[in-house]
Amino acid sequence: MTIPENSPHRSFSESFIASLYDLPDGERIRTCLQCGMCGGVCPFGYAMEFPPNKMIATLRADVFDWVMKSQSVWMCISCYACAQVCPSKIPLTTTLMTRAKEELLLAGNVPTELQQALENSQRYGNVLGQSQRKRADWTKALKYPVPLMGQDRKSADVLWFVGDYGSYHPRIQLVSKAVAQVLAALGIDFGVLGPDENSDGDSQRLAGERGLFETLAAKNGQALRKYKFNQILVTDPHAYNAFKNQYPALGISYPVKHYTQFLVERLDQLKPLLKKAANMRVAYHDPCYLGRANDIYDEPRQLLQAIPGVELVEMSHHHTTSLCCGGGGGGMWMDGFQWEKAQARTTNWRIKEALAVKANTLAVACPYEPPRFEDAARNIREAAELAVKDIAELVADALND
Amino acid sequence: MDIAVVVKLVPDLVEELAIDESGAALDTSYLRLIVNELDNHAVEQAILLKESAGGQVTVIAPDLEGVDDILFTAAAKGADRLIKLTGAMSGVNNYALSNSLAAIIREIKPHLVLTGVQANNDLDGSVGPRLAALLGMAYVGYVSGVTPANDSVKVRKEYSGGLVAQVAVRLPAVLGIQAAGKPPRYVPISKIRQMSKTARIKDQPAGDLDAGNGAAVKHMFKPEMGTHATMIEGEADEVADRLIAIFKEQDIL
Repeated sequence: MTIPENSPHRSFSESFIASLYDLPDGERIRTCLQCGMCGGVCPFGYAMEFPPNKMIATLRADVFDWVMKSQSVWMCISCYACAQVCPSKIPLTTTLMTRAKEELLLAGNVPTELQQALENSQRYGNVLGQSQRKRADWTKALKYPVPLMGQDRKSADVLWFVGDYGSYHPRIQLVSKAVAQVLAALGIDFGVLGPDENSDGDSQRLAGERGLFETLAAKNGQALRKYKFNQILVTDPHAYNAFKNQYPALGISYPVKHYTQFLVERLDQLKPLLKKAANMRVAYHDPCYLGRANDIYDEPRQLLQAIPGVELVEMSHHHTTSLCCGGGGGGMWMDGFQWEKAQARTTNWRIKEALAVKANTLAVACPYEPPRFEDAARNIREAAELAVKDIAELVADALND
Repeated sequence: MDIAVVVKLVPDLVEELAIDESGAALDTSYLRLIVNELDNHAVEQAILLKESAGGQVTVIAPDLEGVDDILFTAAAKGADRLIKLTGAMSGVNNYALSNSLAAIIREIKPHLVLTGVQANNDLDGSVGPRLAALLGMAYVGYVSGVTPANDSVKVRKEYSGGLVAQVAVRLPAVLGIQAAGKPPRYVPISKIRQMSKTARIKDQPAGDLDAGNGAAVKHMFKPEMGTHATMIEGEADEVADRLIAIFKEQDIL
């Protein structure tokens, strides 16, 4: 790797590896031991021709074009499991895997399913391909008011960034309504952006579409600058990751909290309101972008334990070893592609883990998860009684109103 | 093989459509335009042909909201020349549009003219055949795949009843595309942005937009709800008996 940057003899492997060095901690890739732990811990490692360790081997052997010709990288669900276990502390997810997807995208090697989500994001500002004008339609005819910034108010203490799924997906709209109910119960002064809100873009970025991410971020930045508020509240851990770790470099810098953090800060006020006792044995699924990506493990559990009648149990994969639902890094939009390659879904595996600890409720805190886990539960006979609930829904259910 | 692709912009059906006060046109205040899906396939087919047989691809589109983006996206896919048809393009009919396009295409002298076989705002699919008539070229519509041969192309054409034909077409010719050989490709935003800085769009006046004898819309309305349905209530057996009686009355059984 001593060939100068402008040499015409520089191979694709060399220019690719040089681009990794430009990323934070990217140079750590030099220290790869080829131990294979990344490929072993990866939930789809067995279905990849080139798991991360082999990708690094092809780089060293100057045959990275083998990786570029395969669709192996599209099995990466950006779950941070590889980066978490790497003994050399190589940030594999944010460097190698994301950069490889960027190159595949530029080369036109894109699964058709993913293309649709990216095109929707480009044109409509949301992955579901819905009209932006209808983004706040879920707030109509609610018992709990959800003020629209611009229309109902110019300033608020809290700006709630609802997200694509929270705004449009019928299942996740139920979670949004639960959050609205809890915010109302706490008397929070808040507002939402409605039609001015665009997709946070983080999963599109991790699916290799950095330009699209920047475009969406710029639109959100422009919308946010119109209003006065003290902090951003997010319901989606991917939006949390965007606001916390990516937007500041683009000049969009606000204090941001995931709703589990936000509610735990107000636990003294919230706890007396949670009066309806339930009889629940709850297994909590750590979302990748709260847990491994952002080290938020305690607040969701504290919140669950504040609900009367909740007995919290841990599944075999929990905290840093949590098992991804398969939706990260573009996986949310490549269900058919994943099935074709792996003939398995991580969600089915996860449901069985919840059953193994005799949970009757699987609690989640990310909008990708309820539909994914509910679909899996429908396919498993023993899971007929297992409820999949966002923590916000469990909190709202316990409110005495 | 030099190819000209004709692209139209049509109402985006993700937004709800409303009829304006005249009662004969769409309310444009909330209307968003999008590239006609089949024209997008025509662009893809042109790029696929360029990749296999070489040549220049020219994309022509009327000057309407969003047209620059559509042209730069085509350039990012591999189109060489971009032409914007300027003038009063809003609501222009296919008769006038084909006349203007024919004049431009005569100057370009392509071997092949591709366009979507129809669009969601006309369904009469008259642009392709009319262009062929004006240019004195052959026309084949409902094409789903084109393979280059020497001075001809082989096209795959679908017929009803699941029949597929392979047709040899001598060039020059106009093809109405139903589907490209492969689904239209994705272009990363970074490539489109790059094109918007480096590619040049040539403005070409549409000239006299004579609507001629083309069809004009007199009255536009949403489909009316039918009132002829009868709900049959009762137990399954009763409902079945009643249905059989009705079928007999109507001479269906």
